[in-house]
Amino acid sequence: MFEKKPKLTSTKTKKRDIPSGLWVKCDDCDEMIYNQELIANLKVCPKCDRHFPMTARERISALADMGTFQETNANMTSVDMLKFTGMAAYTERLKTYQRQTQLNDAVITGLCQIRGHPVTLGVMDFTFLGASMGSVVGEKITAVIESATERAIPSIIVAASGGARMYEGILSLMQMAKTSAALARHAKERLPYIAVLTHPTTAGVMASFASLGDVIMAEPKALIGFAGPRVIKETTQQELPDGFQTSEFMLEHGLIDIIVHRKELRDAISKTLQYFAANGGRKSKAA
Amino acid sequence: MRIYTLDFEKPVVELEQTLESLRKQAQEQKIDLSAQIKLIEEKLDATRKEIFTSLTPWQRVQLARHPRRPYMLDYLQRIATDFIELHGDRRFADDHAMVGGLATLGAHRVMVIGQQKGRDTKENLMRNFGCAHPEGYRKALRLMQLAEKFNLPVVSFIDTPGAYPGVGAEERHIAEAIAVNLREMMLLEIPLVAVVIGEGGSGGALGIGVCDRVLILENAYYSVISPEGCAAILWKDRAAAPQAAAALKLTAPDLQELGVVDGIIPEPLGGAQVDYDASAAALKAAIGKELDHLQTVPLAELLSARYGRFRKLGVVQNQGTRSQTRKPRARSVNS
Ligand SMILES: [Zn+2]
Repeated sequence: MFEKKPKLTSTKTKKRDIPSGLWVKCDDCDEMIYNQELIANLKVCPKCDRHFPMTARERISALADMGTFQETNANMTSVDMLKFTGMAAYTERLKTYQRQTQLNDAVITGLCQIRGHPVTLGVMDFTFLGASMGSVVGEKITAVIESATERAIPSIIVAASGGARMYEGILSLMQMAKTSAALARHAKERLPYIAVLTHPTTAGVMASFASLGDVIMAEPKALIGFAGPRVIKETTQQELPDGFQTSEFMLEHGLIDIIVHRKELRDAISKTLQYFAANGGRKSKAA
Repeated sequence: MRIYTLDFEKPVVELEQTLESLRKQAQEQKIDLSAQIKLIEEKLDATRKEIFTSLTPWQRVQLARHPRRPYMLDYLQRIATDFIELHGDRRFADDHAMVGGLATLGAHRVMVIGQQKGRDTKENLMRNFGCAHPEGYRKALRLMQLAEKFNLPVVSFIDTPGAYPGVGAEERHIAEAIAVNLREMMLLEIPLVAVVIGEGGSGGALGIGVCDRVLILENAYYSVISPEGCAAILWKDRAAAPQAAAALKLTAPDLQELGVVDGIIPEPLGGAQVDYDASAAALKAAIGKELDHLQTVPLAELLSARYGRFRKLGVVQNQGTRSQTRKPRARSVNS
């Protein structure tokens, strides 16, 4: 079957996304928080506002209008193309993470509505191999942007990444070019793209689609940067400035548009999209 | 006399030294040693062939980093005329790790950009070991857009261990500088040719590498991470770099098989540093051939082929069926 529309399957938040144990201790303020309360609070500490890590499925439930999310490329999985022979085989790592996270790879993509705005949404999940970008992440992100371009709707990506998918070698690097290429075409059609940076967003993801948003939003106190702080310290033999590579640091240096509290994120996105659509949306290029 | 020798080059260097002293002896003492000399010459040839036709990936990485390996400006000196270097990103600084300018390559007037390493400590400080800051990537983009304005093709020389990991680089947003290049190069309405001439170090290399044709010198490498960096993470030991180099599939033949490079430019036996002129001639011929061809391709076709070239890179499987990633129009998603 040759079909333009991506395969649609619905995704529900699963019970297993909820951390086991009734109580969770906040690393920042030492408060013991009742787990149900933490979840109800979008995984934000009620006492100190620390943003706890969120899985992709939790994020989608928090952003997409109820019942609107239709997943695309849900069954796409990685291939051990290079037959990577290291201390641990890639295929084994994949199996372990698939079992642990109930994800096929480090991103979930799909179509949904955010406060009534039809958008495509891609959400990376740090719990799967540190949200490293391999062929699957690159392909799903590229496809979901292309799908937004075809439908003439905005594209939203919630980014996270700890580094490259080394097991896929150079093909991992090439995903940076591929995803940015899709954004080039999307931008040429004057269609909105919003990047949301979460803890942590670094390396190749940061040096491609995460840095290319028309509007770039970040969650508070996320680690955001290109090179890892340890690498920088070793290379330069320099002390790093206070708050280096945090969302707040990025904002102060003029590198992101806005820091948004997780509870405000859905509003911030929908209001921004409202502005972009206010005067009939894209302006004719011939004007 | 060689200034620097890699471990695996030693047998060759020893024979070269023997040969030299024999020749000297023959000349000084006016005796006929031609039989011995011929013997050593033959042995030298055989040893060279033996070593350099069965290089391991790690040995190629070492050759790519050879301190005597020709750099971008060494090549330009030999293949370009009327080179006018253009400086600066018009925003912050002139990054000496990234060189750019107008050049004439045979029949082609082009814009050249590329990373430049230093030959000695002093020069390396100026060139920052070929590790560009955001300014370098922004200078490169400025020059590429200038080239587009006047319909000049771009030739990009890739030779970097990587973009510079430093506080200033982060503060001026190295990630964005690279990302913007990736996006904008995809849309440039001129032919783009890249050649990996030495080290193709990760995002720092790709930041000037989104081109219609990507070539690589025989002993150059292109990788998502340095073998040492990969070894440190996946083997917990930097000394495992040779294993990591093999696992990463970063050599020219591997890259061609993966579709990441379109052609391999041969180097003299022993590496590009053995004969600068011969290496430069091969490079010039290869670039010229690509430019000749690309300039006949209609613009719309050029741009869609460039998109397609990168779009298909990657391998995924869907419900057990493996496929190289393709354009969504051609993919049967529901089957
Ligand atoms: Zn707290």
